Amino acid sequence: MHAEDAASTVGTRAVNIQLQAVAVRRGQRLIFRDLSMTIASGEAIILSGPNGAGKSTLLRVLAGLIRPVAGTVLWQGHDIFDDLAEHGPRAAYVGHQDAIKLGLTVTENLSFAAAIARRPIGPALAAMNLTALADLRARMLSAGQKRRVALARLALSNAPLWLLDEPTLGLDTASIARFGAMLAAHRAAGGMVVAATHVPLPLADVSEVRLG
Amino acid sequence: MYRFWAIIARDLRLSIRHGGDTLAALLFFVIAASLFPFGVSPTPETLGHIAPAVIWVCALLAALLPLERLFGADLEDGSLDHLILSGLPAAAIAAAKAVTHWLSTGLPLIVMAAPIAVMLRMPDDGIPVLLLALLPGTLIMSLFGTLGAAMVLGARRPGVLLPILVLPLLIPVVIFGASAPAAVASGLSAQPQLLLLTAILTGALGLFTVMAGAALRSALE
Repeated sequence: MHAEDAASTVGTRAVNIQLQAVAVRRGQRLIFRDLSMTIASGEAIILSGPNGAGKSTLLRVLAGLIRPVAGTVLWQGHDIFDDLAEHGPRAAYVGHQDAIKLGLTVTENLSFAAAIARRPIGPALAAMNLTALADLRARMLSAGQKRRVALARLALSNAPLWLLDEPTLGLDTASIARFGAMLAAHRAAGGMVVAATHVPLPLADVSEVRLG
Repeated sequence: MYRFWAIIARDLRLSIRHGGDTLAALLFFVIAASLFPFGVSPTPETLGHIAPAVIWVCALLAALLPLERLFGADLEDGSLDHLILSGLPAAAIAAAKAVTHWLSTGLPLIVMAAPIAVMLRMPDDGIPVLLLALLPGTLIMSLFGTLGAAMVLGARRPGVLLPILVLPLLIPVVIFGASAPAAVASGLSAQPQLLLLTAILTGALGLFTVMAGAALRSALE
């Protein structure tokens, strides 16, 4: 453990999350094995690869939602699976689904995330240009607008590690630009971004990890 | 702790907005209990005699109705991931769900049990005891029910699996719960039944804390 701690603070940037020889199995199928990577603060990583290569699975492993069958996932040198409740708030996850309740208004949909993060909803709505839609039932939103609500939830989070699964799906160009500003601000503040995507994301200076 | 209340607040808001679940459980309770006078006999003696058992069994079945959606709705739309990542242990998330289930289903069922008891011509002196016994009874239903709902989460037919899993666990609850008003009617104290129900409640709490979190986590994998 001590060696790990020493290794993780080498250089000016602190290494924050580290995968060591991780293997994941879903059912009978081995999705990937021997995957090692390190994500430092301020860094952005794009996961690419064909469908079914395990991009979404890897994001869920990083969130602590899926347990690898081999290898370790370390946060500042500590295994994240030792205390999952502690790891949860470090990760903000935007999945395939937008996690939106159709019967609630946009503001109400975000109120849980706001309560957890203890932050006001207003700035997050403004960041995704949703202020005008704040009191509208989510049922009335288009697919792209729902995605913007999911990204506004991301803006509410205090998590240093953003895990994004096809985040720009259905977004118009103006929203993509706003999302790019959000990502840049997050990284400037020392946050990390891991995104699975097939399309270019508004991210500068990214490294790519190819799966499959 | 504020996270725990945030989940309860969120779920209560949802259940108020989609009031259908509570209403459906209550209507099921009333209608199922009203079928008995037609099937058995409308005479006060017969009805009053079977009323506690009818109320207990119908309340139990009614409490099962919203369970399938308890986690199911959140799993389908991806909200469950966000609940799990909120920083609460999975067991605490399940506990918050059990509290919501009790507030939105258990408590309304207790309130509804009183008029149904009167309708079924239950002797007046048995009704307070019936309602008192339903208090630990509905709490046990919420705990076992939430645990069962977490366990069948992700199964292909959760609605079928859930009653098979949960109902056998509730047999002792029905035995002690339904015999409490009978004890009062025959001039005895209902204290042993109430104490036994409280004991089961304590056991259910223990089982719930150990199992519910693990069940919820494994559903997400």
